Amino acid sequence: MKTQGAMKPRDAVQPRHALVSLLPYLALGMLFGAVLVKAQVASWYRIQEMFHFASFHLYGVILSAVLTAGLSLALLRAIGWAPRGGEASCLQPKAWDRGLRYGLGGVLFGLGWGLSGACPGPMFALLGAGIPSAFLMLLSALAGTLAYGLLRSRLPH
Amino acid sequence: MDSLLELLRQPWPWYVAGPLIGLLVPALLVIGNRPFGVSANLRHLCAMLPTRADFFRYDWRRSGLWNLTFAAGIVLGAALATFLLPSGLPVQLDAGFQAQLESYGLLTPLTESTAPGFALVPEALFRWSALSTLGGWLTLVVGSFLVGFGARYAGGCTSGHAITGLADRQLASLVAVLGFFAGGLLASRWLLPWALGGGFTP
Repeated sequence: MKTQGAMKPRDAVQPRHALVSLLPYLALGMLFGAVLVKAQVASWYRIQEMFHFASFHLYGVILSAVLTAGLSLALLRAIGWAPRGGEASCLQPKAWDRGLRYGLGGVLFGLGWGLSGACPGPMFALLGAGIPSAFLMLLSALAGTLAYGLLRSRLPH
Repeated sequence: MDSLLELLRQPWPWYVAGPLIGLLVPALLVIGNRPFGVSANLRHLCAMLPTRADFFRYDWRRSGLWNLTFAAGIVLGAALATFLLPSGLPVQLDAGFQAQLESYGLLTPLTESTAPGFALVPEALFRWSALSTLGGWLTLVVGSFLVGFGARYAGGCTSGHAITGLADRQLASLVAVLGFFAGGLLASRWLLPWALGGGFTP
């Protein structure tokens, strides 16, 4: 028997239903992974080439992705789309604090992006593409995330 | 049908890839009010560990299971694309840049025995024996560590800030993305070439 999704607290669903409800995310992830490989967004060469201004390729990918996403969001707003169940949209203005975290964290992330030639999406994609050392990349990124979590209260935000 | 498969096997141009990636933002929003972003998965994976840090004490199943499923999809989709739709071609780079990379031994010659995924990355930095070189360590350990650290510090990565945040016109994301590129330019044009013993700027 199916009850109204809107009447239930979020995620408080039967396990079997929960698994089925995850399938769209698996499908969208698969599409993303295929794009990362087939358009060479996950390629170390492409990423270094971008930072050397030697190709428009990745700039084109990022700019057209932002444009498509931005137009889609504007369209959703124009037709008055709202999440089911009266929830607030997951896209909310980011907490600004002193604003330091975005610049400092951004530069540290960028240093890692340039050194490794990969960001998190491509790391998962390279693992799928059969690069065994991508597993080490993901472990290192996990260690970095863990270190941030442990040091968080001592870092300027 | 054959010609469609043949078309899919070719490298996909940016004007196909970009819009497809951009459409993930409204798709995730409409399906389940979820924000497109990959690096939060690293936090969810840490939240599975028994740590004392408040940052990792939350119900990762409730807030992150959808995203971990999305990440599993990335691995699976990448595997299908690599092994079912291989182009068999090396990445077509700018000629000058390619010559520079070649002089540093960073171009993997594709042979019959090359695993198809290795068309995307230089074996010199990504095979296990690269861990005996500074370049391999910077790629697989130090750089990747900074990706994980910086993504959480900045509150997002290329997908969360550069795509979702910019599309949502968030000032914080613009600052983060400027930081991404500042750090990336520094690392790619100066740090890595220095570590590899020279410069590969065209």
